[in-house]
Amino acid sequence: MRAMKQLDPKPEILARRGEIIAGLLRILPKRAVIAEAVSLKPYETDALTAYRQVPLAVVLPEDEGQVVDILKFCAAEGVRVIPRGAGTSLSGGALPLADSVVVGLMRMNRILEVNYPDRYAVVQPGVTNIGITRAVADAGYFYAPDPSSQLACMVGGNVGMNSGGAHCLKYGVTANNLLGLRLVTMAGEVLELGGTHCDAAGYDWLGLVTGSEGQLGILTEVTVRILRAPEGARAMLAGFASNEVAGECVAAIIASGIIPVALEFMDRPAIHACEAFAHAGYPLEAQALLIIEVEGSEDEQDATLRRLREICERFAPVSMRVARTDEESAAIWKGRKGAFGAVGRISPDYLCMDGVIPTSRLGEVLRRIEEMSEDYGLKVANIFHAGDGNLHPLIMYDANEPSSFARAERFGAEILTLCVEAGGCLTGEHGVGVEKRELMRVQFSPGELEQMRAVKDVFDPHWLLNPAKVFPL
Amino acid sequence: MQTNFTQAQLADPEIAVANEILRRCVHCGMCTATCPTFVTLGDELDSPRGRIYLIKDMLENGRDAGVEEALHIDRCLSCLSCMTTCPSGVDYMHLVDHARAHVEKTFNRPLADRLMRAALAWVLPHPARLRAALRLARPVRGLGFLLPGSGMLTKRLRGMLRLAPRGLARAAVVGRVYPAMGARRARVALLAGCAQQVLAPSINAASVALLNRLRVEVVIPPEAGCCGALVHHMGRDAAAREAARANVAAWVAELDGAGLDAVLVNTSGCGTVVKDYGFLLRHEAGAADAARISALTQDISEFLLKIYQPARVAPGLRVAYHAACSLQHGQQVTAPPKTLLRKAGFEVMEPKDAHLCCGSAGTYNIMQPEISAGLRRRKLETLRELRPDVIAAGNVGCLTQLAGDGVPAVHVVELLDWMAGGEKPLALS
Repeated sequence: MRAMKQLDPKPEILARRGEIIAGLLRILPKRAVIAEAVSLKPYETDALTAYRQVPLAVVLPEDEGQVVDILKFCAAEGVRVIPRGAGTSLSGGALPLADSVVVGLMRMNRILEVNYPDRYAVVQPGVTNIGITRAVADAGYFYAPDPSSQLACMVGGNVGMNSGGAHCLKYGVTANNLLGLRLVTMAGEVLELGGTHCDAAGYDWLGLVTGSEGQLGILTEVTVRILRAPEGARAMLAGFASNEVAGECVAAIIASGIIPVALEFMDRPAIHACEAFAHAGYPLEAQALLIIEVEGSEDEQDATLRRLREICERFAPVSMRVARTDEESAAIWKGRKGAFGAVGRISPDYLCMDGVIPTSRLGEVLRRIEEMSEDYGLKVANIFHAGDGNLHPLIMYDANEPSSFARAERFGAEILTLCVEAGGCLTGEHGVGVEKRELMRVQFSPGELEQMRAVKDVFDPHWLLNPAKVFPL
Repeated sequence: MQTNFTQAQLADPEIAVANEILRRCVHCGMCTATCPTFVTLGDELDSPRGRIYLIKDMLENGRDAGVEEALHIDRCLSCLSCMTTCPSGVDYMHLVDHARAHVEKTFNRPLADRLMRAALAWVLPHPARLRAALRLARPVRGLGFLLPGSGMLTKRLRGMLRLAPRGLARAAVVGRVYPAMGARRARVALLAGCAQQVLAPSINAASVALLNRLRVEVVIPPEAGCCGALVHHMGRDAAAREAARANVAAWVAELDGAGLDAVLVNTSGCGTVVKDYGFLLRHEAGAADAARISALTQDISEFLLKIYQPARVAPGLRVAYHAACSLQHGQQVTAPPKTLLRKAGFEVMEPKDAHLCCGSAGTYNIMQPEISAGLRRRKLETLRELRPDVIAAGNVGCLTQLAGDGVPAVHVVELLDWMAGGEKPLALS
């Protein structure tokens, strides 16, 4: 059923499977090597279950030394390596190859240093995104990027995919909150990039590595900026009669000069799915919903909310409500952050798209998606980081129905092509992975792709590290 | 998630249920983050999502459970933290229950393992046997270090000895009707339980005294016994259903006789299972009665919420409330115990990572001594940070697990009864 072509496994590697596993067991403790067929199975996929491939072996290193040893060994043996964090990728970023060794970094989950005067934290790649905030929250700090899977997704993967989140409108994405990295190259060299403060000396190597989807090296340490938490925050809900009107309201908010900390859009199917999960009081009668969050002192929040209400009122909202308590705000966000899983309540399977469009084209793009939805006979729920134009259509399908996935895949490709044509791009924060690999041709010319491949050549000349991702085969 | 069952497989109602559950899972991975074993072991196979995948593969292929499946399913605490986290509403509890029964049926465990499990299943659910076993263990309680070797069996035996209480209090209240003090406002059945009435008889005593004081008549029919949870979590499906049937019959007789307003459970590990009797016995003749009993069942804190009144001035104690997993995840009862303790006048605090299990989990602390000890350490650290005068929880397993660290651990109802005019909990004297 897999429409996606895969890189052919190297027969000589498959033939030497036993030897390679024995070699891994020589450099790692027994508990760090998984080789039985039954146990490898759950590692065959990440959060994009449409693509699956059981790897040759899985290793779970506990420190940088082990990562170095693994990569040196695999480089010497010519074995492909797939880095993996929490396995929450929606683009198949951790999809194995049959002849690959998956390097799971979940055991490298310690916070190594927190420095409040200079506002940074040094963490291992297997720390969860929310784990950083939890470690510094008591002191009144937080780590800003907050992808919806922040409870589970790990910092290493966040760097690999340059993850954003609902609050990146104000605070920026991972790249804007990163200070330093330790990276092990495929040759087993340890590189220290950046430092513990902004504007590190020399080239912006962090910029190059962030979003490189685990193709340039494996991270062993990440230094992030932590910020003073705001005095308070409040979310408001505004429901509208159509997607277009809600889109216009977003444009009006941005044009007014207000930068809310978050500005999220949901269409009707998304509202219903999320409400069923979170009971947040989303307006079920609305066609489109905006979740707008402001922060600061009470007075600041009041003043901004007043202005926001005035703006929303110009667009004849069908409902408008400001959270009165922290619990109400939390419920509002629980619904939004659980949106993808909540769609699992109304559909057995979904594909989550991750396009970017200019906000001014939202109404038009959603109208086109609706038409396509009818053509393909597949329902779609749309969630949109309206502030920065990142659109997440969730295409619902039933994997147990034979043609359903192929249709969903084609539908998805058509949506992303539409995003590019509208002046946007293929991925806002989930990464290209395996899912959008072939669509890179829509976005980039052959010459551009060649230049990007040349960068990978420098770090990994034999293309052993997470190959078959990002670039068309 | 896609599943690959044949029509013939789906004709089996148990497989059909498993298929429904698996189809709900979208493999998003959120559950991994709040799973105690994934957080401590860092392996997908020890996460709910990994187990779901293992179970799916095993059932789809109609395969007997092997060493790997048994290992990772056994390591699951059934704390159900994953169900609280899951945005898709995956019914992990019934899936893992199914898997445990499948392991029990198809996997040939090593002899030592089988003997240990059989012994636990023979002793724990029967108060008289447990009391006798503990009498034997008491004199050698401190001698666990003399056990030879460092193998799993030795660790398990040491763990068992550690759990043996120093002294055995008087036998539990059981087998009669305890009338309300004053005009009766309600009549309830109380599950007297099995291990609890031996390990901590003060819990039932305080429960009955408090309910009577609040003008509630309590009946403990002698035909009702262990709820079946202990054997249920070992995959001993038939034994679990037998226990459930006996309790349903005993309580239905009361319900249809003198009448019952509720069936109350003061051990949340049991409560989760009693509330699930309707499902457990769904294919049996008494299915409707089982469903009636499940619908009538409440944790004692849920019932007390509406009627509790303190009668003393609170002594200003700092109470660290430890949320038992069976209560917070299994039954989704989170606020009532805290609300009640505050109403009683205590200062109530909660530890960091309150969603994580303390490692007790039925017989888990005996069967998985290493993981359990790690979780215990972690929980005690977060509790100590609160500098509490007392730890309170709604499950005897947790109380046993958290005891012995310098801070007394008591059941919530013991504190509530004390403030309502009852005796001061022995552990605080």
